[in-house]
Amino acid sequence: MAERPEDLNLPNAVITRIIKEALPEGVNISKEARSAISRAASVFVLYATSCANNFAMKGKRKTLNASDVLSAMEEMEFQRFVTPLKEALEAYRREQKGKKEASEQKKKDKDKKTDSEEQDKSRDEDNDEDEERLEEEEQNEEEDVDN
Amino acid sequence: MADGVAGKDKCGEQRLVSLPLSRIRVIMKSSPEVSSINQEALVLTAKATELFVQYLATHSYRHGSGNEKKALTYSDLSNTAEHSETFQFLADILPKKILASKYLKMLKEKRGGEEENDDHDESDDELES
Repeated sequence: MAERPEDLNLPNAVITRIIKEALPEGVNISKEARSAISRAASVFVLYATSCANNFAMKGKRKTLNASDVLSAMEEMEFQRFVTPLKEALEAYRREQKGKKEASEQKKKDKDKKTDSEEQDKSRDEDNDEDEERLEEEEQNEEEDVDN
Repeated sequence: MADGVAGKDKCGEQRLVSLPLSRIRVIMKSSPEVSSINQEALVLTAKATELFVQYLATHSYRHGSGNEKKALTYSDLSNTAEHSETFQFLADILPKKILASKYLKMLKEKRGGEEENDDHDESDDELES
């Protein structure tokens, strides 16, 4: 799939998968239809953003937040999305909380390790690798945490 | 678990959302009045877009020809944009399509239907004379 970062389009592969999962098995989607849905999705994002922004401005805020998006959905007559979105928001917040606690725990572990490393200077190489691995894990926001 | 398709820049949201958040953000930021977007708003917009794609696809499929259908076509979508109030905002980007030959016929009929042969002849005539 050719994806140009400058594009205001969404990746074909993901769009196709979402459509396929929504429709009954064995239903084909013409290329034109897929491309049309992709464009429609981009327009939806713009419409939702504009609508959400109105709510933010009403609240004298410059940053769009979650409630602005939810209000926009109601305004756009997509009330059916509100409940699943609220659920997704809860799940997202729990996940963020979990990650925060996990990285704080890792920091504690790392500090403990650093203390013992200073005592064991003969194993420098291994220690460097371990530290790098820990840092990488923090940056990548390890998914294992959630399981 | 880790899903390679959904963009490596925003890991962790991959289970909730398949669409790449970076791309969603680019589209949102293209809106002139928007200054900044909170991370939660970004995730919700991406999720809403997925719900929208599902809704548009299933609605168009069901309200399509009314028969047992094996395919979702462009005209199903275009019909939805035209007839459903919820999807009216898509009317401009999902216009009805007609065959070029039909359109040219319509033009001819407007002009009083001078020629009933190929349109190529029309333009050739102009060149020759």
